Amino acid sequence: MSEVVLDVQNLRVEFPTRKGVLTAVDDISLQIRRGEILGVVGESGAGKSMTGMSILGLLEPPGRIAAGTIHLSGDRIDNLDDRAMQAVRGRRIGAIFQDPLTSLNPLFRVGDQLVETIRLHTDLDKTAARVRAKELMREVGIPAVEERIDSYPHQFSGGMRQRIVIALALCAEPELIVADEPTTALDVSIQAQITALLKRLCRERGTAVMLVTHDMGVIAETADRVAVMYAGRLAEIGAVDDVVRRPQHPYTNGLMGSIPSLSNDVEELQMIPGSMPRLNAIPQGCAFNPRCAHAGPRCRAEVPKIAREETTGAACWLAQTGTVDQGEAA
Amino acid sequence: MTLRQNAILEVDALERRFDVSAPWLNRLIERKPRKTLRAVDGVDFVIQRGQTLALVGESGCGKSTIAKLVTGLHAPSGGNIRFHGDRDRLQMIFQDPFASLNPRWRVARIIAEPLRTLKPGTPEAQVSARVDELLGIVGLAPADGLKFPHEFSGGQRQRISIARALAGEPEFLVCDEPTSALDVSVQAQVLNLMKRLQKEMGLTYLFISHDLSVVRHMADVIAVMYLGRIVEIQPTADLFANPLHPYTQLLLDTIPDLEAPRRDRSPMGGEVPSPVSPPSGCSFHPRCPLAFDRCRTERPQRRPQIHNRRVACFAAEEGTADVQ
Repeated sequence: MSEVVLDVQNLRVEFPTRKGVLTAVDDISLQIRRGEILGVVGESGAGKSMTGMSILGLLEPPGRIAAGTIHLSGDRIDNLDDRAMQAVRGRRIGAIFQDPLTSLNPLFRVGDQLVETIRLHTDLDKTAARVRAKELMREVGIPAVEERIDSYPHQFSGGMRQRIVIALALCAEPELIVADEPTTALDVSIQAQITALLKRLCRERGTAVMLVTHDMGVIAETADRVAVMYAGRLAEIGAVDDVVRRPQHPYTNGLMGSIPSLSNDVEELQMIPGSMPRLNAIPQGCAFNPRCAHAGPRCRAEVPKIAREETTGAACWLAQTGTVDQGEAA
Repeated sequence: MTLRQNAILEVDALERRFDVSAPWLNRLIERKPRKTLRAVDGVDFVIQRGQTLALVGESGCGKSTIAKLVTGLHAPSGGNIRFHGDRDRLQMIFQDPFASLNPRWRVARIIAEPLRTLKPGTPEAQVSARVDELLGIVGLAPADGLKFPHEFSGGQRQRISIARALAGEPEFLVCDEPTSALDVSVQAQVLNLMKRLQKEMGLTYLFISHDLSVVRHMADVIAVMYLGRIVEIQPTADLFANPLHPYTQLLLDTIPDLEAPRRDRSPMGGEVPSPVSPPSGCSFHPRCPLAFDRCRTERPQRRPQIHNRRVACFAAEEGTADVQ
C-alpha cells in the first residue's frame, strides 16, 4: 500500500445563519493515496464541493470547519492561518475548477500567468520559468506552444483553456490535486480528452487526485475509488467497479438506475421519489430514509455511519446489519 | 409517399445566418469585411405525428437555433418550415427552469397564461379548474399554484414549465435541453413524465440535447448535427447499432458508458471549428480519420442512393466507412 496523501477525518462544515446552524458536510472521513484518483460524486447540494473547498481552505465565510481534521502527507492543514494555507495551496495542493475562463486572469497572457505561478512556488528565474512553462504547455497537449504562450485566455477554446488550468495546477508538482467539476463546462468529445489527460499526468507523477463531479460516467472511466455523498454525508465509498456494479446503498442504487443507459433498453427509468432534503430540514436518522423503499424504524432513529478506518462500505442499516428494525441501542 | 402522410413538421433546406461583422466604423476604417455565421446551413428533416425526433450535437452546432426557427422565435434566412397543425398548439420547454418562469408571478398565473392568451374569455372558474388539473398531471399539488417559482427545486420548476406548455393543449412540443440543468435522479423523473404524457396525449416532440444517453432513451429518430448541418439521421436503434458517419462514431466512442467503462481509451483529438469560418468541403474533415481529398473540396449531401438519405459522408458513400 502506498502512502496516504490526504487524510480527512470526521470533517464537519457548518454555516451559521440567522435561522440556525446549517451543516453542509457532516462527519466525512476519507483517504486518498499517492497516485490514486478518488471520485466524489453527488447531486447538487450533497456537499461534495464544500468538502473540496474545505480541503483547499477556500470555504466562504461564514462557512467554517466545525470539527474533524485534514492531514496532507501527515501535516495537519485544517487549522492553518490564511498565510500558511496560502503556502500550501498551489504548492502542495493544486486546484482545477469548473469554469476555465474564470480561473484565468483575462488581462494577462497565459505564459505570464504560468511563469508567475512557477516563480511563486519554485526558485527558478524568469528565463528558466518560461522554459518550464513551455514544457508544461507541451505536456498538457497545447499545439504550437511557441506562438500560443503569448496568447490571452480568450484566444483559447474551452478545452485548451482547461488544459492551461491543469498546467497551472501542476506548476509546483503538488502532492494532491482537487478538481471540482473539471469537465462539466466542456463538450463530450473534449471532456474525454481532458479526463484522459488528467489521468495520465497524475499516474506519471504519482499525484493524488480528488475528482469532484456529478457525472457518474466520468467517475466510472477515471477514478479508482468513489465516494457517494448525500445531504452532506457519505452514503457509500468503495472501488469504482463495486460501487457502479453492486451498489450497497439504496441511494447509490437509485442513482445508477436513473441514468439512461447506452446499452440496455428500459421503458421507464428508475426513479427516486422526492428530492434531496434542504440543509435546514435534514430528517432524523438516515438522511435518505423518507425516500428509501427499505426504510425501517432504525433508519428513522439512528444515523448509520461508515467506520472511519473502512475504505469500503455503505452508510445503511440494511447493508450493514441486514435489518432495519430498531437497534439494540434503542 | 406514405412516409409523409403522417408528417406534422417538414423542414426543407433550412438556413439561418447571423451577421457577426465588426461595427460599421471598424469595417470602414480597418477595412474589415462583413462576416456571417451560418448557424443552420441547409437542414432538412421530417417529424411524424406522435414521434420524437432528437437533435444532438456539441455546443455551437445549431440545434438550439433550429428550435427557435421552428417555434418562430427566429425567422429563417432560407428554406422553409411546414407545420401541418395548429400553430397555437405548438409549445416550447426551455433548458433553464430558473430563467423561463417569471419570478414575480404565482405558479397558477404562470400556468394559466397560455389559456388566457389563446382562449380569452374563458370563465375564471374554468381556468383555475384547468390549472389544478394540470398541476396534478405533472405531479404537483393544487396548493402549489399559490406559491412563487423560487419556492420550488429545479425539477419541480421544470414540471411547472411542462404544465404551462400543456395548458395550450399542444400537439407539438419543442424541448430545448429540458433536463440538462437537472440532477440525474430528477432528470429521470422529468423524462419519465415526458414519456408518459407523450403516450397519453399523443404528443410529438422535437427534443434537443447534447446527451446521447438521454436521447437514446427518448427519441424514435436521431439527427446528429455538426456545424449547422445534419451529418446523419437514423432511427434510434439503427444509429446506435450501426453509426454511419465518423462523427457519430466519435461521439458514441467518447461518451462514458457506465456498464462498460473504457478506462484506457485514447480519445480522439481536435475540437469543433468556429462556425464563422468552417473548413472547406465536409466541415468534419480536419478531425476525420477517414478523410480523403474529395472531403476537403466537396460538400457531402444526404442522397437517396447512399444509405437511403441517412448520412452525408463521402467515406460512407464509397463504402470505406467502418461499418461493422
